[in-house]
This record gives sequence, structure tokens and C-alpha cells, in this order.
Amino acid sequence: MSFITYLINGISLGSVYALIALGYTMVYGIAKMLNFAHGDVIMVGGFTCYTVCSTMGMHPVVGVLLSVVVCTLLGIVIERVAYKPLRMASSPLAVLITAIGVSYLLQNLALLIFGANAKSFTSVVNMKSLKLADGQITVSGVTIVTIVTCIVIMAALMFFINKTKLGQAMLAVSEDKGAAQLMGINVNATICLTFAIGSALAAIAGVLLCSAYPSLTPYTGSMPGIKAFVAAVFGGIGSVPGAFIGGILLGVIQIFSQAYISSQMADAIVFAVLIVVLLVKPTGLLGKNIQEKV
Amino acid sequence: MKKFNKIVSVALASAMVLAMAGCGSQKAVESSEAADISEIPGSSVEESSSQTAGNAEGTFKIGGIGPTTGGAAIYGIGVMNGIQLAVDEINAAGGVNGYMLEANFQDDEHDAEKSVNAYNTLKDWGAQMIIGSVTSTPCIAVGEKTHEDNMFQLTPSGSAVKCAQYDNAFQVCFSDPNQGAASAQYIGENALAEKVAVIYDSSDVYSSGIYESFAKGAESQNFEIVAAEAFTADNKTDFSVQLQKAKDAGADLVFLPIYYQESALILTQADSMGYAPKWFSCDGMDGILGVENFDTSLAEGVMLLTPFAADSEEEKSKNFTTAYESKYGETPNQFAADAYDAVYIIKAAIESGNVDPSMSVSEIGDAMKAAMTQISVDGVTGEAMTWAATGEVNKAPKAVVIKDGAYSAM
Amino acid sequence: MKKTMSKTLRSNIITIGLVVAVFVIVQILIGTGNISSLMKGLLVPLCVYAILAVSLNLTVGILGELSLGHAGFMCIGAFSSAFFSKCMKMFLPGMPAGLRFFLAILVGAAFAGLLGILIGIPVLRLKGDYLAIVTLAFGEIIKNIINILYLGVDEAGVHFSLKSSMDLHMEDSDKIIINGAMGITGTPGDSNFTIGIVLLLITLIIVLNLIHSRDGRAIMSIRDNTIAAESVGIPVTRYKLMAFSISAALAGVAGVLYAHNLSTLTATPKNFGYNMSIMILVFVVLGGMGNIRGSMIAAVVLTLLPELLRGVVSDYRMLIYAIILIVMMLFNWAPKCIEWREKTVAMIRGKLSPKSAAKEGE
Repeated sequence: MSFITYLINGISLGSVYALIALGYTMVYGIAKMLNFAHGDVIMVGGFTCYTVCSTMGMHPVVGVLLSVVVCTLLGIVIERVAYKPLRMASSPLAVLITAIGVSYLLQNLALLIFGANAKSFTSVVNMKSLKLADGQITVSGVTIVTIVTCIVIMAALMFFINKTKLGQAMLAVSEDKGAAQLMGINVNATICLTFAIGSALAAIAGVLLCSAYPSLTPYTGSMPGIKAFVAAVFGGIGSVPGAFIGGILLGVIQIFSQAYISSQMADAIVFAVLIVVLLVKPTGLLGKNIQEKV
Repeated sequence: MKKFNKIVSVALASAMVLAMAGCGSQKAVESSEAADISEIPGSSVEESSSQTAGNAEGTFKIGGIGPTTGGAAIYGIGVMNGIQLAVDEINAAGGVNGYMLEANFQDDEHDAEKSVNAYNTLKDWGAQMIIGSVTSTPCIAVGEKTHEDNMFQLTPSGSAVKCAQYDNAFQVCFSDPNQGAASAQYIGENALAEKVAVIYDSSDVYSSGIYESFAKGAESQNFEIVAAEAFTADNKTDFSVQLQKAKDAGADLVFLPIYYQESALILTQADSMGYAPKWFSCDGMDGILGVENFDTSLAEGVMLLTPFAADSEEEKSKNFTTAYESKYGETPNQFAADAYDAVYIIKAAIESGNVDPSMSVSEIGDAMKAAMTQISVDGVTGEAMTWAATGEVNKAPKAVVIKDGAYSAM
Repeated sequence: MKKTMSKTLRSNIITIGLVVAVFVIVQILIGTGNISSLMKGLLVPLCVYAILAVSLNLTVGILGELSLGHAGFMCIGAFSSAFFSKCMKMFLPGMPAGLRFFLAILVGAAFAGLLGILIGIPVLRLKGDYLAIVTLAFGEIIKNIINILYLGVDEAGVHFSLKSSMDLHMEDSDKIIINGAMGITGTPGDSNFTIGIVLLLITLIIVLNLIHSRDGRAIMSIRDNTIAAESVGIPVTRYKLMAFSISAALAGVAGVLYAHNLSTLTATPKNFGYNMSIMILVFVVLGGMGNIRGSMIAAVVLTLLPELLRGVVSDYRMLIYAIILIVMMLFNWAPKCIEWREKTVAMIRGKLSPKSAAKEGE
């Protein structure tokens, strides 16, 4: 029985990672950059929702919508100011470093505005938890909502990328920016749209992360951000279903290693599994293996 | 491009040398222009008192060190505010032996190396005694340096034993072993539980320190530790496994030698899984009722051994809490209280040792060291606090329980 | 890399001369008492970060592989050497400090280098971001293990546990050397600025010599085109491993210097986690990948910056630091900025040549 409980705990933790990883993988897949500031956009989403719902006392739906709007705008601004000028830089690492700068900036701004005190986030999900097997197993409402959200977003993203014109444009940009431009695709606008979508996803992830683990500080986003990055790589970065599977697996592995091996060594075990997976399958679980041409 | 790089690097290099030289000369100017410091936002703490700052001879310069950015910022900011509050109060009441106090607080980001940098900055500023560091590891690193300079150091909250390993360093808070042993003793003597689980942070000095002494102390008590589960700084959102294990082991009391942010999450998660053991914690738990928007009913019945409780009805604590709230708009945590006391302890030691600001740092250090073992201070974190020459504080821990959303004595 | 021999020699002399000049200036400042305590305290850390930046530049700039686990090697160097020094201090108190520190440096470098080889063998098969994430993972594993490692030495031999200090079953708790999250306290403070500069110079000489040697050219050919390098018979794996392990060993040396500068050593996310690895990467990228002198200067500037900001804007220190970092990155790397800079430079020189703009992004 405890096995099933652990499994459910693992899935609920994993679903949060998966949700964050979707945003990561989306940006990486198209813009080919690791957006280290993604975790901090999540934190901004959480704070926006907190301010709207708890401080100003508005309805949670308004909070979620507003945080999506704020994060989307923030994503666009960050992209325009900090990333776009470096897109053509001689090394792709340059933009990675500015992303780190943006991450510091957002954390310290939030620290100055909201202070270091942890805020307790009121869950936006009012669903009752599901009780199975005579109440021995409980699945919390947030978990169900997170998983459903994840699946909906995943399906929507796959539909958007594969079936719409804009999505096709994104794919084209990710394959070859120069060729895409020649085909009449506005590369700048497409990449900007990618960041907008990625940041909107971050806002939703932020709200659900804080609903599941209701503690909000300026540093809330950074560790889940890194974990989600690991999850995205795990599943094959750039692959949308890969991010979902990677996230869930990461959560389950983490909980199982805490439960059955050692709670002190859980971090080490999670990373060791990641290493083994990448050594066996160097592009992640669902990653495409592109052979380098001479 | 290459040529430009060369120019940039030369420019940067010369800027660096200039910066070094600038720092050198800065020091010379500083003592005569100490007033300039008080114009700097944040680092200036001293504005309320009449401008005696220009005259370095007439003021005691107290340096504070602690994290005001980064994950541990909440502790450092509390200490910074606590020091400021006490300094303002003392100055408004005429200072110490007629001398004003002046404080300067530097950020160490909860890192040993940055903490030493902060200490050196304070030395350049002319600090004569140090309140800090707030967290244990940086405190030990700074302790080494203050020992070299024989600068008096009083840490409000650095609780590892090594924080006060030299004779110039003293603690306001209990040491970790002290807290762990006292908790084990309290649980055992009051027969609070038979089976105890511990959830602790294995990557944190404070938490693992208390856990160890608790486990040692538990051996001689009539309860049993049935589960000891750890988490780490990188892994502190989900506690379902730790709680599940405690539940499966049949623990009727869970000991939480951790800080209140994690405790808030643990209480929430335990509630959602329908696990309701007794909770017991140490001073790190204090502050849980101050978490904004926290459902305090979850903390109902939590017991903690703490020297300070913000909602205490005692005169001193009450005055402090009111003053702090009106000044900073938030409830003080135990770190702020420790720091507030630290300033008053320094005041008492100065008075008892007849220290005056014209003495050298080392002379002040010697005088303060001698005075510390003589004085007895009634503060917000304890009545009649006295100190042994080892630096450890001697005060009675208070056991409080959270009842109806407020702390009350047990 | 079309530098002629004399040009590289000149560049190397400038790099080393710069370090020596800084050393001399600082010594004069110390001698005349014109240096602040803050600067004095920062001298050893500056050497530590400069060594780290130079060593990571070997992996990132010269070998062309992104490593996000450099702090892990530093951590190994720091802990192994601090352990060694404490043991020596305990059991051979008569040993001169100089000899002890010299041996400690060797121990730190050896352990870090060895780990570099062990990690390098599997890791270097991967490419790009996957390699980055695996190195990050190794760095985190090292930090996690160190945090729960309990190691003590007494007459009965070495005691070892991954659970708690009680499991060591030792009579005398003073003889626990690595005490889990509490790490190592009381490491002898053997580091000083002179040793730091000497180590930095040795690092520079090793790295610069390697770059301009036959091996170095082989390594750079792997960076520029692995397949071409392989096809002309360069043993790719061997050279990759060589660069990676030398870089790791040098990071270990930086760790030794770090450990013996502070009396307490713990593995926190701040000093040995991925945050530090990323910080070192920032030095390298800001200073220019493959540009040894640049990364050294970037390390010094970025370490000094937040400390110097203390006196100016205490409250907004880290915020301003972040903004300056972004601006510096844009200034150094954005093609538009490079173009603009070159135009300005040309204008200043009074000969506006259109050629320089075309050369951007070499």
C-alpha cells in the first residue's frame, strides 16, 4: 500500500516538474537556448497571483489570468532587451550568461519588492482530494489539476506546433533561421512568440507550483527551475512529450529514492540515474538523434 | 576585434589597479569623513542621533554581518533591523555612558568567504565590535579573523559550538547541542511521546547539529527515535516521503529541528495526508505564525523550545514587538530579538567594563571579554542571561505551545 | 588561430607580466600601508577565482565543451586537501607549514585530476548541452555526498560513515575531521597572496604552454571540427580527456587555496553547487572564450564588483551587479555593439576604416 502512496506522491511532484519542463523545452526547441531565467519567471507568476488573490482579494481566476499576462509581457521584454541582441553572437554561450544575469535581476528585484519573508500561497485549486481504497490513498486536488493541465497543455502545444501555420513557422525557425527568413518567415517575431508562450506556461506552472507547495519566496523558482531543466534533458530536450515523461519520471525517482534508499542521498541518486540514462541514450529518452554531417 | 579586446583588457586591468589603489586611499579619508558613510543608503544606520558621526572619537562603531540577500536573507534582515532598532532606542535615551552608538550592517549572502569580506569592509569602516555573523558557518570563518584582531564578537544566532570557540566571541542564542539535548530531555521528562520521528535538513549545519545532539540525548530518555529522515537544501518542497515514513513507523511525535519556512510546508502537507502527530521544535520554528497568509490553525498545538515569542505578554517582549512592528511593518522573528538583545548586551558590557570609544580595538576586546562574564542582562530572549568565559550563554529555555493562533507558555 | 610565434610569445608575456605587475603593485600598497582590509582579504579569493576561470577556459574555450560542474572539482580539491592538512596537523604536528601546504596542493590537484579522468571517460562521449547537464549532475552528486560524509581518524584507524557522526563509533569526537554538513573546521590558514599568485602563474604557464604546444593545437582542432580532427588521425578521446583532467586538477588547486584561506569549509549550494559552476562560466564567457587573459580579468572584475558596491549602494548591491553583468555581456558580445565599438575605436584613431566592421565575430 505504501508503494502506491509513494508512487502517487512521486507523480504529483513530477507533474509540477513536467509543467515547468514544458516551458523549458518549448523555448529550447525553437530558440535553441537554455533559458536559465525560466525558473524566476515562474516565481514572478507566483507573486503576481499572490498579490492579486491574497493581497487584493480578487478571484483566483483573475489572479491566474493576470499572472499569465504579466509573465507573457515579461518574457517578451526579456527576450527583446537581453536575448535578441545576442542572437547572432559568435557563441551561443553568450545568451546563456545573460539569462543568468536576468535570473539574478529578477530574484533581487523580487527581494526588494516583496521582502525575504516567505509568503504562504493560498491554493487556487478548490477541488477536494480524491480518496481511494477506503481513504488509505489520497490524491490531492492540486495534483489532479496539475496533471490535467499538463496533458492539456502538451496536447495544445503539439497541435499548435504541428498543425498551425505559426507552429510550422516555429519549427522552420528552429531548423534553420536563415532558410526560414528566405521563406518569408519573420524570425524575430516567431522567436518572440516562442518566449511569450514559454513565459505564459511559466506563469501557469508558477501558480500550480505554489498551490502544491504553498511557500513563496524570491528564490522559489530557482531550484524547481533547475530540476525541470534536468527533467527536460531527461526526456530529450526539445521534445514536448519528452518533457512530460521526463518530469513525471524525475518526480517518481526522487520520491522512490527517498523512500527506499536514503533520504539523505536522494539528490545524488536522481542525478546518477540521469547520468546513466544519458550515457545509454545520449539525447534523452525521446530526443532525436541527429547525425552530424561532414 | 582583437585589437579592441586588447584595449578593453588593458582598460579593465588599469581600472582594477585603480580600484585597488582607490580602496587603499579610501581608508585614509574615511576616518575624517565618517559622516559620508551615513549618507549611503542601507549601510547608514545612524541618522536619528544628533550628528556625532563626524567625530569618530565619540561613538562606538558596531558592525553587523549577516545575509540580506539570498535564501537566508530573512534571518539577516531580521538581525539588521533588530540592531538598528536597539541602537536608535539607546541613542535616543542618551547613548551608553554618554557615547552614541553607530551601526553598519554588511551582507554576507550566507557564505563564509563573503562574510570575511563583510568583516573586512567593517574593519575599514572602523568597526570596534561585531554583531554577527548570523549563520553558523560564516560565523566560524569570521570568528577566526576577529580572533586575530582580538575584536569583540557577539553572534546573535550563530548556534554551532565552534562559533564561540575563541575567547573574544560570545553567543546570544543557545548552542546547537544545548538545544538538541534540552529538547530530548523535555520530551522525555514530560513523557510527551514514546515513539519520536525526526525530520531534519542534512545539508544545514544548524539542523544536523541539533539532530545529532538530540539523538545522543534521546539514548538516555524513555522514548525511542523510530525514524530519522533528512532532506537537503536542494530538495525542500516535497516532504511527503518523510512524513509517510514517520507515519508508518507509528511516531506520535515529530521533532522538527528546522526553520519555519520548511515547517510551514511540512505542517500543510501532513494535514493534507491526514497525519496529526504532536509537533516539537526549536527556536528555528519561531516565526511560523508570522508567515504571511499562513493558516495558523495548522500550527495549533505545536510545541517549541525557544527563548523568544513575539506574542508573549511579558512587558519587554511586548514593547519590543510593538516598536519593531511600527518601524518595519512586520512581526519580528527570533533573529531580530536576538540582535536587539545583542545591542543591549553590548551596552551592559560597555557600562560594566567602563569601555570608551577612544580605546583601540584590541583594548576594547579585552575589556569587553572581562565584562561579559560579570554582567547579567534581562532581555527579550531571556531573563538574567549570563555568560561563561567559553562564550556560551546561560539562560532558561522557555517551552511554548501554539494555542489559538498565538504562542503561550507551557 | 593564425598567430605567429612571436605574437603568441608577446601575448603570453603580457599576460604573465600583468599578473606580476599586479603582484608588485599590491605588495607596494601593502608595504606602504595603503591598502584596505577588504582588499587585503580579497587577494586570495581573487587568485582562487582567476585560477578557476583560467582552468575552465581550458575546457570551455580551448576544448569547446560546456562544463557546468567545475565547482565539483574545486570541492574535491578543497576537501581532500583540507582533510590531509588536518590529519597532518593532528598526527605530525612537527611538520613545517610550508611543506604541509605544498603536499596539500599536490593532494588536492591529484584527487581532482583523478576524478576528472574518472568523470571524463563516460562524460566526454556526450555533446553540447547533454554534456553540460551531466557535468552539472556530477557536480551536484559530489556536493550531496560531501554533505553527508562523516570521516574521522583516530588510533584505531579511519572511521567512515554516510549516515551520522554517531555511526562512526569514535571515542573522541574531536577527531572527526569531516563532520557531514558541518564540514571541516579548523583548517590551517596556509594560503596567502604570494602563494596564490605563484599558483596562478603556474596555472597560466601550464595552460598557455599547452595551448601553444602540439597537443594544444590538436585540442583546438577537435573544438573547431571534431570529425576533421578525427579523420587526420588525432586521438580525439585522449586529447579531450587530457584537457578535461588538467582543467579539473587546476580547479582542484583553486579549491586547495580556497580551503586553506577560510577556517571553515562546508559544501553549500553557494560555494560548491551549480551556482558557483555557473559563476565560473560567467567569468570565462565574459572574458572571452579561449582568451586566457580576458577570463582572468573578468574573474577579478566580477569578484571585486559586488564588494566595491558595498560602500556605494548597500541595499541595491546585488541588483546593480545583475544589471552590470547583463550590460557587460551585451557590450562584449552583441554583434551590434561590437560593430559600434569598432567604429568608435576607429574614429578615435582618426582613420575610419570600413574594413574593421567586416571583421566582426571572427
